[in-house]
Amino acid sequence: MSDTATSDALPKPKRDLLPVLLPAAFALLMLPLVGSASSWATLLAASLAMGMMIFIMASGLTLVFGLMDVLNFGHGAFIAVGAYIATLVFLPLAGWSQADSLLTNLAVLVPAAVLAMGVTALLGLFVERVLILPVYGQHLKQILMTTGGLIVAEQTLYALWGPQIIPMPLPASLRGSFIFGEVAVAKYRLLAMLVGLAVFIAIQLVLNRTKIGLLIRAGVENREMVEALGYRIRRLFLGVFMVGAALAGLGGVMWGLYREQVHASIGDELTVLVFIVVIIGGLGSVGGCFIGALLVAMVANFGGFLVPKLALVSNILLMVAILMWRPRGLYAVTSR
Amino acid sequence: MMILSGDPPRSRLLAVLLIVIVAMLVLTPWLFPGAKAMNVAVKICIFAVLVASYDLLLGYTGTVSFAHTMFYGIGSYAVAIALYAMGPSWAAIGTGIVVGLPMAMLLALAIGLFSLRVAAIFFAMITLAVASAFQVLASQMSWLTGGEDGRTFRLPELLRPGTVLIDKSAFGFEINGRTLTYYLVFVVSALLILALLRVVNSPFGRVLQAIRENPFRAEALGYRTVFHLTYANCIAATVAACAGVLNALWLRYVGPDTSLAFSIMLDILLMVVIGGMGTIYGAIIGAGIFIIAQNYLQTLMGAASSAAADAGLPLLPGLLHPDRWLLWLGLLFIASVYFFPTGVVGRLRRPKAGAA
Repeated sequence: MSDTATSDALPKPKRDLLPVLLPAAFALLMLPLVGSASSWATLLAASLAMGMMIFIMASGLTLVFGLMDVLNFGHGAFIAVGAYIATLVFLPLAGWSQADSLLTNLAVLVPAAVLAMGVTALLGLFVERVLILPVYGQHLKQILMTTGGLIVAEQTLYALWGPQIIPMPLPASLRGSFIFGEVAVAKYRLLAMLVGLAVFIAIQLVLNRTKIGLLIRAGVENREMVEALGYRIRRLFLGVFMVGAALAGLGGVMWGLYREQVHASIGDELTVLVFIVVIIGGLGSVGGCFIGALLVAMVANFGGFLVPKLALVSNILLMVAILMWRPRGLYAVTSR
Repeated sequence: MMILSGDPPRSRLLAVLLIVIVAMLVLTPWLFPGAKAMNVAVKICIFAVLVASYDLLLGYTGTVSFAHTMFYGIGSYAVAIALYAMGPSWAAIGTGIVVGLPMAMLLALAIGLFSLRVAAIFFAMITLAVASAFQVLASQMSWLTGGEDGRTFRLPELLRPGTVLIDKSAFGFEINGRTLTYYLVFVVSALLILALLRVVNSPFGRVLQAIRENPFRAEALGYRTVFHLTYANCIAATVAACAGVLNALWLRYVGPDTSLAFSIMLDILLMVVIGGMGTIYGAIIGAGIFIIAQNYLQTLMGAASSAAADAGLPLLPGLLHPDRWLLWLGLLFIASVYFFPTGVVGRLRRPKAGAA
């Protein structure tokens, strides 16, 4: 052991590419089943867009779990709050958002997204300090506390906005689709894909190229060691939690626009979906979460197209299949 | 103390409270013959069973399941569909039980084998996902389950309200099929709770507690933790399905709102936490307090809400509206997990445990 030459480079970590190939293989497999290439491409675009939106919402959850070992059952509340906050900007400025100019549309869209992210980040701060801080390291209590938080948040939304569905129409310049040959891709889906990809790349860059990212990854591996080196890991936790909440809020805004309506129950609905994605990806893994989101969206879209009856349980079947293959999810990050 | 499996309440106040609740439940048809009081009493019985079976999971093994209402729903739906399809006969009830209970057990076995081998936290997430899929499935398969409308069905002759067994002239009160159903529910609930008490005080129950306290050590001592957790999950699911059967028999109706809704799951969680985790008695106390509060406090909230509206206060009418009951429940839930983690039973037992 000791006589190994120190000049030898460390062995490169083994790259596990199999999960990466999975969505591509799945998409290709669907091509003969769907039959027509143009509807296949449309479905693929729909799944990519949906997958990206789910990824945006789920990435925060998986990071928070990976770093802090906190499973936030109230993550859906951030999604719903984000969507509701966006309506605060969209409804008064309906004129701008329906005007036929990209610039005025963006003048509504961007502030809505920023405001939603800001509010959910602050809410995240509050939740972390009040609900999660007292129960670090106690899974059972975390689950109970955050479930309670989800109920309270959802009911508060009902109390403030009422139980009705709030319409949130897409800005005018995001309606319609781009036509590539025979394939029509809705403009908003393209935007969702771009935003999702940007978030993914940003997270990867921050995690892999910055000091903070280094600390986060180190914290995932071994929290005590990072603490022993003198870093305030609690503050890092808080930051990650707030970013996770803000991303969930952004996801909520995008989902609300995608559905063109907002209701407090999206928190519940999406919690389940986000959980499935996070489990499939492997708790704590951002890359796994990305692939998981794509897979879930593909199964939902292609499954819904081919066997509509199956769509109800397709997510569960996917999760079962993945867990049969890899019991800890696609990429098992943490030893927990 | 044989009947309590050597696990008496261990607190005088708790014993008195339990005796009062049980006595009230026994006497309800005589003391408060109205339909509402009977409904509340039956709900307390059924939820006491449901919560006690959940306590076996949450309190004794420390695993959080969000699929408990699913098993409850399976029991309800099995009996309801059997009675609906085969007509009001005892054979139909039997078929429902023979199909429903094993089905709940097998599903619990499948979920347990699948998710418990990895980590308890997986189990919580997976049960949530499976339960929500089941709920969607039940409301979509309307040819079988009646969809969102549910199924209304008739009970066998003996259990119908119209069947008068002992006339009013004999004792001064009437014993009819409804009273009989009430006692059927009560007796079965009591037996199930005593059986659960037996389970948790058996060597098996001790192993469960060992797993809760320290899974590695339990495994090192030679207990197969996955086997024990899965077994506990199956028992809890079967008992929950029994509670579902009782629920269907009492309501003569089954639908997603009464047997599968996620809000029932939250109610169960709250009752376990209020009553006290890891004490089967907590289920009785929790169910009693919670259901009485639910039925009578909502009226109070309505009154407060309209009073606030009359006074012209902003926001308060919305927050106090009876439909926002869950909001206050959620706050109560967080507060009780935080300040009151051992629940009512834990509090009542504490001084004595400290002295010993």
